Amino acid sequence: MQTKHAILALRGLTYREAVKFFHQKSRLLSAFVRPALWLFVFAAGVGSVTGVDPGLNHPYPIQNVNYFEYIVPGLIGMVLLFSGMQSSLSMVYDREMGVMRLLLTAPLPRWYLLTAKLLSGTFLSVIQAYVFLIICVPIINLIVNFSTPIIGWLYILPATILFGMMLGALGLLISVYIKQLENFAGTMNFVIFPMFFISSALYPLWRLKDNGAEFVWWIANINPFTYGVELVRWASLGQIYIPGLIVTLLCTIVFLTFATIGYDPQKGMAKKGKGKPS
Amino acid sequence: MENKILNIQSLSKSYGSIKALNEVSFSLAEGEYASLLGPNGAGKTTLFQILTGLFASEKGNVLINNFDMRSNAIDALAHIGVVFQQITLDMDLTVIENLKFHSNLHGINDKEFKKRVIEELEQVNLSDRINDKVRSLSGGQKRRIELARSLLHKPKLLLLDEPTVGLDPQSRRDLLDYVIKLKEERKMVVLWATHLVDEAEKSDTVIVLNKGKIIKKDTPQNITKEYNKDTLHDAFVSLTS
Repeated sequence: MQTKHAILALRGLTYREAVKFFHQKSRLLSAFVRPALWLFVFAAGVGSVTGVDPGLNHPYPIQNVNYFEYIVPGLIGMVLLFSGMQSSLSMVYDREMGVMRLLLTAPLPRWYLLTAKLLSGTFLSVIQAYVFLIICVPIINLIVNFSTPIIGWLYILPATILFGMMLGALGLLISVYIKQLENFAGTMNFVIFPMFFISSALYPLWRLKDNGAEFVWWIANINPFTYGVELVRWASLGQIYIPGLIVTLLCTIVFLTFATIGYDPQKGMAKKGKGKPS
Repeated sequence: MENKILNIQSLSKSYGSIKALNEVSFSLAEGEYASLLGPNGAGKTTLFQILTGLFASEKGNVLINNFDMRSNAIDALAHIGVVFQQITLDMDLTVIENLKFHSNLHGINDKEFKKRVIEELEQVNLSDRINDKVRSLSGGQKRRIELARSLLHKPKLLLLDEPTVGLDPQSRRDLLDYVIKLKEERKMVVLWATHLVDEAEKSDTVIVLNKGKIIKKDTPQNITKEYNKDTLHDAFVSLTS
């Protein structure tokens, strides 16, 4: 594989994803409105004046963190999660519409095509996350002061990219096993909601244990989404959350590897005799 | 020695207990235009999916310009231009955006793309629709765009899987004439899958596929003569019934 060819293919995929994304005004709007609603409505309703206690292991300089501030990393995760699943949906749509064949018959290694697809999707995910941050955080800052410095939102860039890649790779893996668009809604419910709610996105995990929900606490602790959120949270305060870095990196590699196997005609679904003669 | 651009050796593929392809072997030389003729369910699309690397066969080999699809798929795919049965254009993009996407995937740089895209679109009389959304084109125009797209990377082998499905008679004739012109002018190998016998009449070779097996490979004239019929259509009916 020539580098020039690889770059051209990545550019082509990113351009296509971007054109389609900016053409779909409702998708663009919902990418911003969804987390904004959580921030302005949910946080306003749930947050208390005394703030939230993030527990023993946290990057904040104070023990009582403002709830608006606490859920911002989780909402970044939400943007990335929806965007990652949207890329997965676009893979399923492309398969139904036949465009996928064009991608899979390109003279490039399958792993590279999927990685390029992942990178192009992540590029859009990160843009959406920053649109949310740039619009919402200054508004919130008019009402409450964050301990997160402005530069902290720049520090989170590598963490957001890695987190976005992990969720995008999960989306690619899911798209291997979804054969029809109609099946997608169910999968969204089984992936998006549990991943988001059973994590540290909306509340510190110690509360689960404190409330006796030990089993949910245990699930939240093995949920890779929790590690992505914490990676972003710690990065926003200029710190590296090592377990988060390891888990998101490993999960990205594992999800992408299995997706590549799934899309390989010699090892994946086709090998199992799926499809129809004609 | 003849330069075999497509060489298929003992290809077999099953779907559970259904044998979609059974020991399929044939080869096509430079400048040869062959029709893969078979009734619905004969295994034509399965064969095309294996030829394009979308499916892997259980047994046998596919060599494209001497590159093995199993061990060297990337080099093999670089020599294939393909028009699938289903339209594979992105309806939300313009004609030029669709073609650019393809050329990017094939590593064609911008300068070369600009040159080739004008040439290919002029050949199919669609250069005036370059900035139009694909969604706004007719079925025949979409097919011509797909054909232009499949030629952008200058393949040696052109695969067409029932490309006239859903087209009116004039568009069918235009497509067929253009493919014959390609074969003559560019010395391309063309494999055109169809269940419509009249589309096979102008080809150099007719390959009859039935129930996953090649039951005949010869010129249309020889097949008609061998079965003592007046038309290729009648000979095909005798062969497959």
